Amino acid sequence: MENTILAAVNIVKYFYDPVKVKVLNGVNFSIHRGDFVSIVGKSGCGKSSLLYVLSTMDTDYEGDVLIDGISMQQKKEPYLAKIRNEKIGFVFQFHYLLNEFTVLKNVMLPGLKLHKYSEKEVEARAYDKLKTLGIADLALKNAARLSGGEKQRVAIARALINDPDIIMGDEPTGNLDKKNSELVFDIFKQLSHELNQTMLIVTHDPDFAAKTNRIIRMEDGKIVNEEKNLVG
Amino acid sequence: MNLKLIVNIAQSLLRARWRQTLVAAVGVTFGITMFIALLSFMSGLNDLLDGLVVNRTPHIRLYNDIRPRQYQPVTLWPAYQNSYPVISSLKSGNIRQEIYNSGPIIRALQQNKQVMGVAPTITAQVFFNDGTVDINGVINGINVAAETRLFHFDDYIVAGKASNLNTVPNSIILGKALAEKLVANVGDIVQITTSTGAIFQLKVVGFFQSGLQDFDKAQSYASINTTQKILGKSSLYITDIRVKLYDINQAPALAKSFARIYGVDAEDIQTANSQFETGSFVRSLISYAVGITLLIVAGFGIYNILNMMIYEKMDTIAILKATGFAGRDVKAVFLVIAIAIGLFGGITGLISGFGLSVVINHIPFHTAALPTVKTYPINYNPLFYFIGISFSLITTYLAGWLPARKASKIDPVIIIRGK
Ligand SMILES: Nc1ncnc2c1ncn2[C@@H]1O[C@H](COP(=O)(O)OP(=O)(O)O)[C@@H](O)[C@H]1O
Ligand SMILES: [Mg+2]
Repeated sequence: MENTILAAVNIVKYFYDPVKVKVLNGVNFSIHRGDFVSIVGKSGCGKSSLLYVLSTMDTDYEGDVLIDGISMQQKKEPYLAKIRNEKIGFVFQFHYLLNEFTVLKNVMLPGLKLHKYSEKEVEARAYDKLKTLGIADLALKNAARLSGGEKQRVAIARALINDPDIIMGDEPTGNLDKKNSELVFDIFKQLSHELNQTMLIVTHDPDFAAKTNRIIRMEDGKIVNEEKNLVG
Repeated sequence: MNLKLIVNIAQSLLRARWRQTLVAAVGVTFGITMFIALLSFMSGLNDLLDGLVVNRTPHIRLYNDIRPRQYQPVTLWPAYQNSYPVISSLKSGNIRQEIYNSGPIIRALQQNKQVMGVAPTITAQVFFNDGTVDINGVINGINVAAETRLFHFDDYIVAGKASNLNTVPNSIILGKALAEKLVANVGDIVQITTSTGAIFQLKVVGFFQSGLQDFDKAQSYASINTTQKILGKSSLYITDIRVKLYDINQAPALAKSFARIYGVDAEDIQTANSQFETGSFVRSLISYAVGITLLIVAGFGIYNILNMMIYEKMDTIAILKATGFAGRDVKAVFLVIAIAIGLFGGITGLISGFGLSVVINHIPFHTAALPTVKTYPINYNPLFYFIGISFSLITTYLAGWLPARKASKIDPVIIIRGK
C-alpha cells in the first residue's frame, strides 16, 4: 500500500478571456511519497495551469486537489498560504528571488514565516541547504548579483527550507543553458535519491523528463499517456 | 502573525526605495511642522488677545444698576391688586450705585472656596481740566494690591509705579493716551472737576497702557481712599466688587447665585465678552483646517509612494504569497511601511515644528497696543504635539490602507505567469 501525498481529482479549468476555453479537461492522477515525476507536453497544453492549481495558488477550478489526503476545495486563503508554506516547495522558471534580500535571507524567509524553528535554527538550516546545493559561499551576497544557474539553486534551497512534502517546478531549467540545466537536474536527482524527496516537475526538455521515474504526458488539457521509468 | 518578520520585510522594502519614502516622509514632516507651528502661534495670539480683555475683566462683577424700581407703589394698592397698571414716563428712582453692606459681602466672598480673590472698586465720572478744555474721563478707585494680584495691573504700567498710588497722597495713574491729550508727565499735577463741581488737584505717578486705545483715552486710576475723597463719600462707599474665580466656567452660575444672595446685580465674563470666545474659536478652527489640509496632502503623497512601490514590487509580493505568506501578511507589511513613514515624518515634524515655534517666538514684535509683548507669542501646549502625532499616524494609516489592501489581493499566478 503506497502513500499518496498529492492527488488531482477530475480537475477542470476554464479561461474566460478573451473567449471561454477549457484549458484543463478532467485531469486525474496521484503522486506517492518519494516519487520523482515529470509532466511533459506541447507548449500551451495546460501544464503550467495544472501546476498552479495543484500548488493551491489558483483556486478557480472544478474538481479537487488532495494534499496529504486533505481536500483543498473551499479552503480559505490563509489556510492555503499555510499549506504552501508548510508542505509545498516551489521552483519557477524565472528564478524569482527577492532582490531586496541576501541569498541567505531569501532561503530563510519561508522558514521564518513557518515559525517552527527559532531564527538561529532557521539560519543554520538555510546554511545547511545552501551547502547541500554547493552554494554556501554565496550566502551573504545580494540575491540580485547571482548568475541564472546560481539563482535557480538558491530557489531550490528556498523550496527545501521547510522540508516540504512535495517540490513543484515549472520548467525550472527552461531558462538555463545546457551546463546549468544539467547541474540543476543533478540536484533534483540527488534530492530524489538521497533525501527521497517527492518532486513534480513540469518540463518540455525531453532529456530531463527521460531521467525522471515517471512521465505524465499531456495534450489539450488532458493526460494522454503515463510511463514508468526505471532509469532514474 | 509574526510581527518581527513583517517589520523586517517592511524594513527591507523601505531600504530598497529609501529615496521615495524619504520624500513621502518629508511631506508628512512638512505637514506636521506647519500644523504645530501654526497652532502654537495662533493659540499664542489667542491667549494674548484674550488676555487683553480676560486678564483685566473680572469673572463676576457685582454692582447696582441704575433702573426703575421693579415694584411701583401702585402695585401695592389693594384696589388694583388684580389689574395691570400702565405707567407712563417711568423714571429710574434714587437707587444708589453704592453696594450696601459691601464690607460683609467682601468678607463672605473671600471665604468662598470657588473665589480666588475679590477687588472692590469705585468709579467716578470726572472732567480733566486742560486749560480751557474739559476732557471727559473716569477715575477708577482701586485696591492696588488686589488689582495687581488678580488682574495684572502692574503689567500695563508703562511709566512710574503702581504702588505709588498707595504711598503718594492724592495721586493718579493716567491712561497713556489721556496723558498725551493732557500733555502731562509723571510728577505733574492735573486738575479735575467732579460731577458735583468740586475741584481737585492730583499728582500723576504713572501711566498705563492697556492696548485698547479708546480705553486709554478716558481711564485713570487712583486709590480707593482718594476716589472716595473726590466723590465726598465715606470710607464704606464701594460701587463695584470685582471677583475672580478659580474656574472661569463657573462664572455664569455663580453670578446668578451671588445676585440672589447679596441682592445686587451680577454680570459674568461670558455674558460681558462673548465676542472674544467667538474670535478665538474661529482662529483655532482656521489653524486646524489648514493643518489637517496639509496632512491630507501629505497623505496623498504616501498613497502615491505606496502605490508605486506595490507596482514595482509585484514580483516580491507574488513570491511572498507563493512561498506561504497570506494576503493579510502582505497587507501588514505595507501598513507597517505606511505607519513607519508616518511615525518618522511625524516625529521629525514635531521636532521641527517645535523649532519653528521657538524661532517665531524670538521674532521681535513691538506694538504700541501691547506694551508687555516683545516677540510674537507662542503657546507651547503639549496637546498640539499629541494631536499632531496622532493625526500623522491616522493619515498615514488611512493613506496606506488602500494600497496595502490592493497588495494583499494581488494574484501571484498572474504575476508568475506574466514573465
Ligand atoms: N490568464 C489567461 N487567460 C486566458 N488564457 C490563458 C491564460 N493563461 C494561459 N492561457 C492559455 O491557456 C493555455 C494553457 O496555458 P499554460 O497552462 O501556460 O500551458 P503550458 O504551460 O503547457 O505552456 C494556453 O493556450 C494559454 O494561452
Ligand atoms: Mg508553461
